[in-house]
Amino acid sequence: MKKSDTVVVSDAYLPKKKTFGKKLRANLPLLIMILPGFIALLLFNYKPIYGLLIAFQDYRPRAGVFGSEWADNFGMANFIELFGNYKFGPVLRNTFTISFLRIIFGWPAPIILALLLNEIRCGWFKKLAQTLTYIPHFFSWVILAGIFKMLFSTVGPFNMIMGMFGLDPIPFFSDTTAFLVLIIITAVWQGMGSGAIVYIAALSSVDESLYEAAYIDGASKLKQVFHITIPSIMGTITTVFIMNLSGVLNAGFDQLFNMYNYSVYEVADIIDTYSYTLLMRSEWELGTALGFFKSVVGLVFVLTSNWFVKKISKDEYGIL
Amino acid sequence: MIQRTTGEKVFNVFNYIILSLLALTTLYPFLYTFTISISTKLAADTVGLHILPEWGQITLDPYKLVFRNPEIWTAYGWTLFRTVVGTTLSVFVTCFYGYALSRPNLMWKKFFSTYIMITMIFSGGQIPTFLNIKDLGLLNNVWVYILPLLISAYNTIVARSFFVGIPEALNESAKIDGAGEFRTFFQIIMPLSKPIIMTLALWIAVAHWNSWFDSMLYMTSGKKIVVQQYIQRIVNENNTAAITDFGAGENAAQNLTSETVKSASIMVTVIPILCFYPFVQKFFIKGVTLGAVKG
Repeated sequence: MKKSDTVVVSDAYLPKKKTFGKKLRANLPLLIMILPGFIALLLFNYKPIYGLLIAFQDYRPRAGVFGSEWADNFGMANFIELFGNYKFGPVLRNTFTISFLRIIFGWPAPIILALLLNEIRCGWFKKLAQTLTYIPHFFSWVILAGIFKMLFSTVGPFNMIMGMFGLDPIPFFSDTTAFLVLIIITAVWQGMGSGAIVYIAALSSVDESLYEAAYIDGASKLKQVFHITIPSIMGTITTVFIMNLSGVLNAGFDQLFNMYNYSVYEVADIIDTYSYTLLMRSEWELGTALGFFKSVVGLVFVLTSNWFVKKISKDEYGIL
Repeated sequence: MIQRTTGEKVFNVFNYIILSLLALTTLYPFLYTFTISISTKLAADTVGLHILPEWGQITLDPYKLVFRNPEIWTAYGWTLFRTVVGTTLSVFVTCFYGYALSRPNLMWKKFFSTYIMITMIFSGGQIPTFLNIKDLGLLNNVWVYILPLLISAYNTIVARSFFVGIPEALNESAKIDGAGEFRTFFQIIMPLSKPIIMTLALWIAVAHWNSWFDSMLYMTSGKKIVVQQYIQRIVNENNTAAITDFGAGENAAQNLTSETVKSASIMVTVIPILCFYPFVQKFFIKGVTLGAVKG
C-alpha cells in the first residue's frame, strides 16, 4: 500500500475520547457531593462490617481488629462457645417464636386494614381512621411501653374491664403466656397503620372500570375483592412478606427491652437483648459471633423466600 | 351509582364499627396518659377508664415537678440539638448523594450505587458498631447522635428516584447558561424538590426525636442524655425517685403518685409530636408511596 493511499482524517472530526483526567475534572462537583455520604458510610457502616472479624478472633481491645490473634479451632472457637452456651438455645427459640408470631399476625393486619379502609366511601371518616391508626408509628417504644405498663397493670383499666365481667385480672407482666400475647398484640397494633399505607397507595391505582365490569357481570363484592383487589396488590404483598422474613431474627429489641422484666425473661430474652447483655459484660467475641450468626440466618431467609416466591409465582414477583 | 345488596350494607355497618374501634384503640392510650398526668393523687388512684379528667381533681403539680428538675431541660436541649442539626445535615448529605446518583454523566455510578445498597443488606451488628464508635472516640461525645445517622440507603434511594423524575432539559439549559452542578442543584433542583426534602426531613426528624438507645449506649457517663433516654430511665427502672426526691419535703409532693409523674414525663415528649402530626402527616404518606412505587 502506498503511503498516499491512506486517507488522513483529522482528529477534530472524530468524537473526542475523554482522557481520565478530563473526565475526572468534569465529574468533580458530583464527586464532591458524594464525598460526605461516602465517608459517613465508610466510617459507620463499613468499618463495623470489617469489625465482624472479631467473631473469629481472640479480640484484645488494645490491639484492635487489626492486631488481634485468630481464635483457636481455625478461628471457630467463639462459635463453638456460642453454640454450646446454655443461653443460646432458649434465646434462639424465643426470637423465632416472637418474630414468627409477629409475622403471622403482623403481615396480614395492614392488608386487612387497607382493604377495610378501601371500602369506606365517606371521605372524612376514611381520612380520620387512617390518621389515627397511623399515630402509634410516631412514638418510640420507650413512650409506648411506659403507657402499656399502666394500661395493662393488674390495677389498670384493662383489668378493670375484665373485673366488670367477673374475670380475674391478668398479670401481663409476670405471666409468660400473657406477656407474649401482649407483646404480639401491641407490636401488631403499632405497625398496622403505617404498614397499610403502601397497600392503600397500591389500591388507589386499581382501574375502577374493572369493578364496573365485574359488577355488570354479576360478581359479588366478596368475589370482586378476591378476583380484582387482592390480585392487583399481590406484588406489594409478596414484597412486604419477603422484607418481613429478612427481619426474622429481629424480634423487636426496642419493644422487649422496654417492656420485659425478670419474671418473663424465659420467654422474652431474644438475640438482641442477649447481645446487649454480652455487650455490657464486655464479652466482645461471643457477642459478635452472635451478631454474625444473626446476619447469616437473616440473609438465608431472604434468599430462600425470594427463591420460593419467584418459583410459585413463575418469576412474576420477588425482590431480587 | 352501584347499588348495594343487603349483605353489603350489613358489611358496611360492621366496617364502620370495626374501624372506629381500631381508631379508638390508638387514641385511648394517649387520652388515658394525659388524664392521669393532670390528675390529683386521689383521682389517679381511683380505678377507672380515665378518659377525661375529673372536674375539680385537676392539678398541674406533676408537670411542675417534672419541669423543676434541671436534668429534663438539658435532656430536652440535646434532643432539640440532634433533631435540628442532625436533620439538616442528614438531608443535605442524603440529597447530595441521591442527586449525584441521579445524574446520567456520573462516573463510577455502578460502584457508588452498589456501595450504598450493600449497607441495606449487611451490617456489623451491635457489638462491632459499639467498638467502632469507641475507637472513633465518640463515646460521651454529642456528635455520636448525628454522624452515624447522616445517610441511609433507603432515604438516598427515595431521593434519587425523585431527582430522576426531574426533566433533564432543566439541567441542560442551566448548563448552557453557565451554571455548575452545585449552582444547578441549589437554584434549580432544590426549589423543585420541596416535597421530597420535606418528607426526608420529617422521617429523619422523627427518628432523631425518638431515638434513645444510642444515648443509653454511648453516653456512658450518663451526662448529655436525650429526653427519651431520661424518660426511659424513669419508666423502665421505676426511677421516679430521681424526680420525686427533688421535690421531697414540699407540699406539692403530697398530691403526686409515681403514675402521675410518669405520665407527665411521657406527655412532655408526646405533646409536641401530636401537635405537629396532623399538619405533616401527608408528607409521610407521600414519601412512603414514592419509595414504594419506584424503589
